[in-house]
Amino acid sequence: MSKLLSVRDLRVGFGAAAATTPVVHGISFDIMPGETLAIVGESGSGKSVTALSINRLVDFGGGRIVGGSIGLTRPDGSVLELAQADERALLGVRGREIGMIFQEPMTSLNPVHTIGDQIAEAFMLNRDMDEQAARRAAREALERVRIPDAAQRLRYYPHQLSGGMRQRVMIAMALAGNPRLLIADEPTTALDVTVQAQIMALLAELKAELGMAMIFITHDIGLVAGIADSIIVMQDGIAVEQGRLDDVLDAPSHDYTRHLLNAVPHFTGGRAVPDRPARQTPDRPVVSVSDLAVRFPVGRRLFARPAGAIHAVEGVDFELMAGQTLAIVGESGSGKSTTARAILGLVEPARGRVVTAPGRDGRPVQMVFQDPFASLNPRLDVEGLLAEPAIAAGQRVDTDLRKRMTSLLDRVGLPADSLDRYPHQFSGGQRQRLCIARALMLNPDVVVLDEAVSALDVSVQARVLDLLLDLQREFDLAYLFISHDMAVVERIAHRVAVMYAGQIVEIGAAAAVLSQPRHSYTRNLIAAVPGIERRRQRYDLDTTPVPSLVRPLGYEPPAARWREAGADHLYRQESS
Amino acid sequence: MRIFKALAAHRTGRVGAAIIAIYLLLALCGLLGLTPHDPLQQFRIDRLSPPDTTYWMGTDLIGRDTASRLMVGIGQSFLIAFGSVGLASLFGTLIGLLAGWWGGWLDGLLMRVMDVLLAFPAILLALLIIAIVGPGTGTSVAAIAIVYTPIFARVVRGPTLSLKRRDFVDAARTFGSSQRYILSRHLLLNLVAPLTVQVTLALAWALLTEAGLSFLGLGTQPPAPSLGLMMSEARNLMQQAPWLLIFPGLTVMFGILGFNLLGDALRDIIDPRTRRRAA
Repeated sequence: MSKLLSVRDLRVGFGAAAATTPVVHGISFDIMPGETLAIVGESGSGKSVTALSINRLVDFGGGRIVGGSIGLTRPDGSVLELAQADERALLGVRGREIGMIFQEPMTSLNPVHTIGDQIAEAFMLNRDMDEQAARRAAREALERVRIPDAAQRLRYYPHQLSGGMRQRVMIAMALAGNPRLLIADEPTTALDVTVQAQIMALLAELKAELGMAMIFITHDIGLVAGIADSIIVMQDGIAVEQGRLDDVLDAPSHDYTRHLLNAVPHFTGGRAVPDRPARQTPDRPVVSVSDLAVRFPVGRRLFARPAGAIHAVEGVDFELMAGQTLAIVGESGSGKSTTARAILGLVEPARGRVVTAPGRDGRPVQMVFQDPFASLNPRLDVEGLLAEPAIAAGQRVDTDLRKRMTSLLDRVGLPADSLDRYPHQFSGGQRQRLCIARALMLNPDVVVLDEAVSALDVSVQARVLDLLLDLQREFDLAYLFISHDMAVVERIAHRVAVMYAGQIVEIGAAAAVLSQPRHSYTRNLIAAVPGIERRRQRYDLDTTPVPSLVRPLGYEPPAARWREAGADHLYRQESS
Repeated sequence: MRIFKALAAHRTGRVGAAIIAIYLLLALCGLLGLTPHDPLQQFRIDRLSPPDTTYWMGTDLIGRDTASRLMVGIGQSFLIAFGSVGLASLFGTLIGLLAGWWGGWLDGLLMRVMDVLLAFPAILLALLIIAIVGPGTGTSVAAIAIVYTPIFARVVRGPTLSLKRRDFVDAARTFGSSQRYILSRHLLLNLVAPLTVQVTLALAWALLTEAGLSFLGLGTQPPAPSLGLMMSEARNLMQQAPWLLIFPGLTVMFGILGFNLLGDALRDIIDPRTRRRAA
């Protein structure tokens, strides 16, 4: 069989210095029809630029191909040189022969047109269909990407669909031209893990159905294991390693590949839960949450009562013991962050109580936020940032306090001369260390970590997690660790609570919950975790959408019935 | 310090800063009485003298030195412009901050009042206020301040709304920081940059409004010199003594140009979005 795409010594640069300082230097690869190539690398490695060069979208971002060749075999057997092709020739290639899906489906869809119009337009442009035929084709395309009630959904606007649905629509549009090559640029990065698994399963099925080749770009080396035939690992614009999937994953030859494989947190179904007892008596609860409910009114107008409320958190009970880590896992919208915010008093609970034990000093509960760029005031220097909790507690900024600052900075691994620097002078990982130091200023008993390592690159993430484990031992901290990432949770948690649609559905010792999940949602969540070990595993998932959390005014949910599955393992019994 | 360096490197910003520096120097000399002649003294023999070495910009109908009057006039205009913009930015910031921070009905009430003020053209509203209170320097300052307060309220309210939802404000709440601390350290400190730009641009408009008011005889009262007043007195003598109109006119024009160039440059320097586009 002949090659579909043959890239040789590709060099791409940006701006005036494109030729002298390329960001992609010398990439070569071939793709056979129906084959999937994964390009893996961390941010700034040049993986997206490489892919965007193939359909020459890189031109629109100010990039220029300064060397090498990209040969695309047309259906009639001739070879088109994409690196030199003019814009007219490219128009016939983009969409028709090479389709593309992007990371953020919301920004790739036009918000003022229905999805039906947008898909139909793709058919009219790429297949020269008339409007009626295009409409019919659009419906079929939606059915092909497994969107239920396709005929009705055609009239929906992008904002009426969930993130996963939108990405399906994008895929339907990319498939409209019946491309022989699909470029997917981080197509699941913005999605929840169960939705990600659904999209991956869909892509695998479509690939088999249509015999389409695919270039799959991702930062998550664990994700490609299930879908790719071959793999390129990129770092700083160079392919440091490339080869067949199994060869690269099983016998990585380059240090960077090994480093990536090691840094990716592996989920092992509860087996990796560390056997480390909390240091002090764990039977003293430091935070007790009972029957917590948080509701946000919807449809509130001047002089009008709200029509209903979003029941963001409903009937949540748990206790956090001193020196322990309780992880709350769930997907976006499950209410896990709202629970954390209610504990810190950032949102007002509609019902229920949060009791925190009086701390060793001052305020016993502190918080570290997800985005280290947003949680530090850019106009304050490190001294000002670290002083804030102390000032709020009525302390004076004197030499003693400065001594505490430098010792904490040292403890979290930041240079001691950081005090007069500003947040923008630090990297993301360093900023998160800064946030941790700030949270420790008042010697708290509990630190709430709201997705505190999610925004970090994998290798940085691993080091910050190690730091958190060390600090827990040293300062006898209890963590409320909020995360969507099961592999990270497995490394840090003593106990795990799984949240779904505002409620806890399963709670217990980490090893028990992760190895013997009882609730169907926990099972789904665990089945969706990608991993290198799960190579070739088919993601078989139930695609029930999350129920709406908007309830009419005065609605009270039925009381939960709990069943016991072990000494410290409860799960919710669903009524159906 | 960083801003001064960036200004010196900015092509048009350098020009704007230089113009304003010269004006400030002239205004200072004018207010301290360091003028070539007494601005009020009438040199009867040299009435309507064209510019020469004694009277650099000529003399007016009753023999007063135009250059000296201009220097004092710049001082007067700058006093009114700085005073009114100072008051406007103070009250506007306060209103915008409170409206944005507390929201709800207070926000609705304050911002609707601001909308009403904003609905009138600046000069018309200033005229109305002066017509009610009577002309004078103090009234000019107050009128121009009232006219420009809504602009500052709007400029401050927007960023306040987005800043108060930022994580660092939530973080401050979790430490138990006082409201005053959050407002001053987390909100105001982050508002300094957009406010600086707005103040500079507002100074240009205030200069023009002041000139307009005194041109109509509603600002500074004679015999005290003022840029608008000088133009108003000169307009009947345009044929015989064009210097009487040209010099005050150019003075107003370059003053506004200077503030605008400076404001645009500050915006380029402070706003990262425009900075990226320029790069």
